[in-house]
Amino acid sequence: MSIYNPPAGWFKAPAGVERLWVGLALTWCIIMSIAMPYWHFYGKQNPTGESYKVSVQEYGQRVAEFVKDNQVGDEGGIPIVEIPPGGDGYLLARMWSFYPIIKLKQGQTYRLHLSSSDLQHGFSLQPLNMNFQVLPGYDHVLTITPTSSGIFPIICNEFCGIGHHAMTGRIIVE
Amino acid sequence: MASAVESLPVSGNHQPSEVRTCETTSLPVCLTAQQFIRWHAVVAVVFLLIGGIGALLLGLTRWPAVHLLDAQWYYRILTLHGLNMLIFWILSFEIAVLYFAGTVLLNTRLASKKAAWACFVLMVVGGIMVDIAIMNGKSDVLMTSYVPLKASPDFYLGIILVAVGTLIGVINYLATIYIAKRDHTYEGAVPLVVFGATAAAIIAVVTVLHGAVVMIPTFLWSMGWIENVDPAWYRITWWGLGHMSQQVNVCAMVSIWYLLATLTVGAKPLNQAVCRTAFVLYILFINLASAHHLLVDPGVGPGWKIWNTSYAMYLAVLASIIHGFTVPASVEAGMRAKGFTRGLFGWLAAAPWSNPGFSGFFLSLIIFGFGGGITGVVLGTQQINIMAHNTLRIPGHFHVTVVGGTTLAFMALTYYVVPLIFQRDFYAKALCRIQPYVFGGGITLFALGMSFAGSYGVPRRHWDVEFTGSQLAMGFDSGAYTMLGVMGIGALVAVTGLFMFILLVVAAVFVGPKIAGQAMEPWHEERQAPADAAAVDEDEHHTPGTLVLAGVFLLTFAVYYFANWKWLSDVWEVR
Repeated sequence: MSIYNPPAGWFKAPAGVERLWVGLALTWCIIMSIAMPYWHFYGKQNPTGESYKVSVQEYGQRVAEFVKDNQVGDEGGIPIVEIPPGGDGYLLARMWSFYPIIKLKQGQTYRLHLSSSDLQHGFSLQPLNMNFQVLPGYDHVLTITPTSSGIFPIICNEFCGIGHHAMTGRIIVE
Repeated sequence: MASAVESLPVSGNHQPSEVRTCETTSLPVCLTAQQFIRWHAVVAVVFLLIGGIGALLLGLTRWPAVHLLDAQWYYRILTLHGLNMLIFWILSFEIAVLYFAGTVLLNTRLASKKAAWACFVLMVVGGIMVDIAIMNGKSDVLMTSYVPLKASPDFYLGIILVAVGTLIGVINYLATIYIAKRDHTYEGAVPLVVFGATAAAIIAVVTVLHGAVVMIPTFLWSMGWIENVDPAWYRITWWGLGHMSQQVNVCAMVSIWYLLATLTVGAKPLNQAVCRTAFVLYILFINLASAHHLLVDPGVGPGWKIWNTSYAMYLAVLASIIHGFTVPASVEAGMRAKGFTRGLFGWLAAAPWSNPGFSGFFLSLIIFGFGGGITGVVLGTQQINIMAHNTLRIPGHFHVTVVGGTTLAFMALTYYVVPLIFQRDFYAKALCRIQPYVFGGGITLFALGMSFAGSYGVPRRHWDVEFTGSQLAMGFDSGAYTMLGVMGIGALVAVTGLFMFILLVVAAVFVGPKIAGQAMEPWHEERQAPADAAAVDEDEHHTPGTLVLAGVFLLTFAVYYFANWKWLSDVWEVR
């Protein structure tokens, strides 16, 4: 009875079905513990959290240079910028848009940098539903390989003020 | 509860004028503790009401067919809802639970009346300060208040006051246990419920210390006395508060499961050493769960993420899986001992489902285990988190842990707190009997809708799934809208159950028939075991029904877990 002091001799090893259950539960926890490092070495989706401290100003300059050197088009005033295969691309999250539009080729690998010039933001790539955190002062590097093509909207999924719901961006994969 | 006599106290340390004997359970009730249990419970329900009104408005806003509030009010009410529900309602109720477990079950007085006053005043003043800071429109920062979002200083100060008040209450509880031990008011080990409550108290101390470390500099920053608070540092420290406080809730909830199982069906834990070891695992390992919020963050590497979310963390998961077996097994063993031995589930069919204390407890157990437990572990897997972070899958998970689990368990306990501590009887008992089903059913539907909408990519904390006014258009699959509709309907049902609860409790506490001096009317008639049943099960470990239920649970868990790895393998490659 759980609300009274237990009778003497309560401290004993589990027996019967209870021992069986503890064994099953422990086995399952060990399987789950192995799955994560296993996927880290053999799976293809493993964000490493690679990141560097960067000032807002410095990151803004890198974005500007990246746009200037690699712009291939324009949509409604927003530059479309192609990252050279194997190269670095810089995406800026800010209240309330992702800048610029990024263009990629299917099957190529890129280093995509994410940072913010104001508040925390969320990089959410749809409809794949891949989500990463974006912080001001941190350059967060994702080494990505698109395995499908099309137009992929980016939405912000970290609250960033009154215009949060209208914060979108785009990745185009050919 | 005739068996109370078996352990009736040695002498206790009460002044004769400061104690009464409960007419129902024969347990000694410290009158000072009773007074503060009442006040904290009343304040808890007021915060629950504020949060509940918020829940209704939010549900009707995120249901796209209704879309009630404008953007500013949506975020404001979301801030209000989160803090009132997750912090103020739950902490206030937990302090009441600690005062009960510490004094009544150990036959001791409350250590300090002054400290109890300080705790109560600080928690109430802090809560009111925060709510005013939110409603005056200068603190639309959501519950997490991620820097550099800035609230007005009184928002942070209010949270600090609540935290300090809580700390004082928890220390008063620990002091109460100490004087009980010193004064030899009980014999042998403390009861299981006290053991679990103590685990909750220990985790609460660590939680509040994290809160102080993160909130004090943030408060100074909001005053303009500190230049900068690093956002990555803030996140890792804040979640030491934010996630760990949920583990306080888990410990409190599991303790209440054991308490209600005893009060309602005379449950018998098979082996208390197993139950207690599981609580110790919580204390040792649960703090690592805060890493779950940083799995797709910059600033922390894969080694840190995998270590903190696997090896050690899974020892805390193990504890929950163990309780998931030992709690229903204690019910089965108790029922079989009374002669309900027919078949695998005769004991479950014969359980008092019309007793809201039992139905609320058992629904809480099922909803927490199958809903919250499974989703929590899966979403907290480092790589799978890519597909879940900041989507509606996250609140879909925690509404079945902290609402369908913790809050429902607290509601179930309230059906005993009101007659036993407030010494008032309920009106409309038929409504009381269906309330746990309405609330539990509603929140389950709500969380299912939320989780599946999140699988379509719908973000949490987001006002408009149409993305009105965005430069680059965006829309969701029609399936997402269906799921948001399911979520909205679930919200209406759950809020109905919530308001039923508040009305029933307020009516009973303030104008209910007084029953001081008499035993409470039992919520259910003891049923007679079928005559043809084998009298009593001799083997106390014979709980085959629970083993089958637990097996179904493990199978569901494995299917959902591996399905998520499969879905993950379909997204882009990322390092």
